[in-house]
Amino acid sequence: MAVISLLDVRKDFPFFSQGLVYLDSAATSQKPKVVLDVMREFYEKNNANVHRGVYRLADMATQMYEAARKTVAEFIGAHPREIVFVRNATEAINLVAHSFGGSVVSKDDSILLTEMEHHSNIVPWQMLAKTKDAKLSFVPITESGQIELSAVRHGVSQKPKIFAFTHVSNVLGTINPAKEFIAEAHKCGVPVLLDASQSVPSMPVSVKDLDCDFLVFSGHKLLGPHIGVLYGKRELLERMEPFLCGGGMIKEVDFQSSTWNDVPWKFEAGTFDVPSAVGLASAIEYLNKVGMKNVMEHEQALARYAYDLLGKDPVVTLYGSDNRLNLVSFNVGDMHGHDVSTLLDQHGVCVRAGHHCAHPLMKRLGIPACVRVSFGVYSTKADVDKFMVALQKAKKVFGL
Amino acid sequence: MTDDLASEMYKEIILDYYRHPRNYGVLPHPDIVSHDVNTSCGDEITMQVLVKDGRIGNIRFSGRGCAISQASASMLTEFALGKSLEEVAKFNKESMLGLINIPISCMRLKCALLGLKVLKLGILQFIGEKVEVEDEG
Ligand SMILES: Cc1ncc(COP(=O)(O)O)c(C=O)c1O
Repeated sequence: MAVISLLDVRKDFPFFSQGLVYLDSAATSQKPKVVLDVMREFYEKNNANVHRGVYRLADMATQMYEAARKTVAEFIGAHPREIVFVRNATEAINLVAHSFGGSVVSKDDSILLTEMEHHSNIVPWQMLAKTKDAKLSFVPITESGQIELSAVRHGVSQKPKIFAFTHVSNVLGTINPAKEFIAEAHKCGVPVLLDASQSVPSMPVSVKDLDCDFLVFSGHKLLGPHIGVLYGKRELLERMEPFLCGGGMIKEVDFQSSTWNDVPWKFEAGTFDVPSAVGLASAIEYLNKVGMKNVMEHEQALARYAYDLLGKDPVVTLYGSDNRLNLVSFNVGDMHGHDVSTLLDQHGVCVRAGHHCAHPLMKRLGIPACVRVSFGVYSTKADVDKFMVALQKAKKVFGL
Repeated sequence: MTDDLASEMYKEIILDYYRHPRNYGVLPHPDIVSHDVNTSCGDEITMQVLVKDGRIGNIRFSGRGCAISQASASMLTEFALGKSLEEVAKFNKESMLGLINIPISCMRLKCALLGLKVLKLGILQFIGEKVEVEDEG
């Protein structure tokens, strides 16, 4: 099938001047020059501590920080007061597990996840379950790596205290019908955390439309720097206790006790990472210019192209189905993923191999590891073609 | 990595040990059972040893992972069979790399050394336990 090369943005990304074929965007994305420039400029001209100083520069930095929050909010259809800056998606999930989960989960309660979660959306809940003597349940996936609505319906009917699931699988590429799942959960009064680490960078996502209670993602997968975002419905954030404590998150501190700052600052302890917030806003502006619908079409077309080419190879096993966003996972004959990756690497092709931080899913698929190629806005059809050529050479080493 | 390095790394003998691992499996009543996982990549090795007069009387390995980790572990079992526990416990990184005799990129060093790590851990624990028992006696 023909791939319509929608986007021609590679020139904006300095990383590619070294000639690498980078097919690991689901792990982390490359950055457009404008993002790097904006961050550099911040350090060169605007660097001051926000919400602390009263001199003009500090005021400027504060305004930039809060403007970045507004940009993030608009990008996902939220109100700025519902956006909390954290380190990454992992920290955001830990925050919700601790501050929300900690108050709603008690002994013998259950927490509902799915079989396709990243470790980041499993381990914080395991910790919570352990401290509360609660248990985890998992919505199963089908043979083709899908989650059926009926399975979700059954799961939420057991009245878990929270349902946390991934919008898009980082291994299978499956796009879950999140809106329907969330509606189903809400029918049973179950609040939902959506792990949007893989969806927000590659498709339009609106919390208003989805109606999730919490949503998390990482800036570094979104052409931005290492900063994370937690979205939470205002009334829930208001009710929650802080996660990390210290400066910035308090209103008044006495010797024995303190009162908390308003949301979202209540959850932002310590000196804020302003340059990263500013960099993230710049990345979002860049993506807005390209248009998230175009981003999605482009990345999805590349994944489909790679999926079809790999599907023609009799020694390749593919995982997942046609319902996929921007990545393809596979295995080649009896080659282990790391051997495939090492051999591709010698041809300048960077692919991810291993368990992809999803041990339970790998167990479910019955494989120890697999290889994954994933695409970003800057990926091209030529990248896929070069990868396929390198793969033939790798196979030859193993006599396949 | 150069072309040469990669094909050297995956030369015939490594692929042969990967596809036809020697000493693969489990023992009925092992004195030593040791297991570890390479957290970064998920490679897994279990070593089982039957100790006879302070020597490795019999040895089996099992596990899953890349060609380098599995072939290295298999080669190590062949080397260790019949040797004294002390001797194998002294075996180090250089000797292991000498044994498999292929150039290893630093990214893959952990794979090549996983079997050795597991076996040494098992032996040290075994010797340690015995020492403790003797102390008590
Ligand atoms: C689905 C999913 N959830 C969570 C994460 C964790 O993201 P981070 O490591 O940036 O916190 C990832 C990253 O790989 C992911 O793919």
